[in-house]
Amino acid sequence: MEIRHKILVLDDDAAWLGLCNEMFTHLPSKPEIRTVASGARALALLETEPFRLLVCDLKMPRMDGLQVLSIVRRRFPELRTIVLSGLEDEEFRSRAYALGVDLFWLKSDMQTNSQMFLDCIESLMGRDMEGGFRGIQSKSLMDIIQMECLSRSSTVLRITRGSLVAKLWIQDGELIDAETDGARGEAAFQRILAWKSGTFENLPAEPDRERTILKPVNALLLESAQAMDETADSVAPESIEQTAHRKTIWKLALLTREGAEFVITVPAEGQGEVETMGMQPSEPLTKWARRAAETARRLGERIEAGPLSHVAGHNLERQLLVLNRDNKSFLIGWPPQAEAGPLLDKSKKLVSSWDS
Amino acid sequence: MGFLKRFFRSRAAVQQLPTGSLTVDRHGQVVITTVSSAYPRALLRDIGQEVLALFREARASQMPMAEVSLHFASLHITARELRGGAIIFLFPQAAFSPTTTAPRL
Repeated sequence: MEIRHKILVLDDDAAWLGLCNEMFTHLPSKPEIRTVASGARALALLETEPFRLLVCDLKMPRMDGLQVLSIVRRRFPELRTIVLSGLEDEEFRSRAYALGVDLFWLKSDMQTNSQMFLDCIESLMGRDMEGGFRGIQSKSLMDIIQMECLSRSSTVLRITRGSLVAKLWIQDGELIDAETDGARGEAAFQRILAWKSGTFENLPAEPDRERTILKPVNALLLESAQAMDETADSVAPESIEQTAHRKTIWKLALLTREGAEFVITVPAEGQGEVETMGMQPSEPLTKWARRAAETARRLGERIEAGPLSHVAGHNLERQLLVLNRDNKSFLIGWPPQAEAGPLLDKSKKLVSSWDS
Repeated sequence: MGFLKRFFRSRAAVQQLPTGSLTVDRHGQVVITTVSSAYPRALLRDIGQEVLALFREARASQMPMAEVSLHFASLHITARELRGGAIIFLFPQAAFSPTTTAPRL
């Protein structure tokens, strides 16, 4: 039996809701359409019924679209979202995408390109969310890279996985450079290929980008696949104590290699133990890290500034960075003389490697 | 005056991001600001008070900060401690704009 998806349309304009309701009846998959005129009502419906897609206006009284989307992103991460707005200011497009929406359409564009808009909706509803990369369709990263190379295109792929960001430069169908978390070239490419899920977007090509990758992409893909197979096969049994000890040594070595002074890992309240590396455990610092992350998250929601990237601070004795990842806050201390520019990349690299 | 609302409905608006700077005293009151008066003063006060709370708690952690910055997807907030108060800079970020930050002293 074919699944009949549900679409929720949110807009304070009753006439516009009627228009969307009528337009969406032309979708080939014949989804069930529900319309609501307020963010509060939309959130209440999302709690009680399984929707596949939310089409959301931005400019609404009391609770605007950005507020709704920031709540939806947290509480319903599987829900696809489209912003359908009359606001042509580029700032709102950026803020909507920063909140993780799948598509942003202007109402004027929707009316002039209605068939394309319906095709986008049908495609968005049709793809599955079990891993894969959220771009236009869910694909593995290898598929995406091979498609771009086979089509001999020139583009920059920007790939996001939580707080991690990577870029792949493709020129005339050849992969010429990759960059992520302080790594570049083939090393960065191998690291990116290990990501099992994320989102990607195409950016304008950069023909002047310096070439750091010389091997053909198929050779790199083959090497990466072989390396993943070897890693999966080489798990040797060892005691729990040996494993914990090895991890501690590894983390201290990572800390030292990157030049950080300490790392404090602070899980959400009641969800695990605080871990401190490189210094004596400090209750006040732990509290500050938790408070900084919580304050920043709350403030970001209140002023609709999008998700938090990081909190930074410095005094004469050290520089600090607070990064969030997987329900944990990482407080990283750096010496005062460390260059401020690369600190964020180095911190992200530390965090991404910390529990691997 | 309530009957006027039937004829002049309030227009919904998406909140613009603040841009500019503000100085808050040790009590969190905004002393002076270059942020547009269209931006709600209550939100500016919230920003000031949350930033002061971060400075205050850093002091309580025996790690007083000279500068704290919060980096959101669409906005950067950089604050410098100023004799118990703070001077706060607000930089909206667009998708392809270069990052702007206040230079360190």
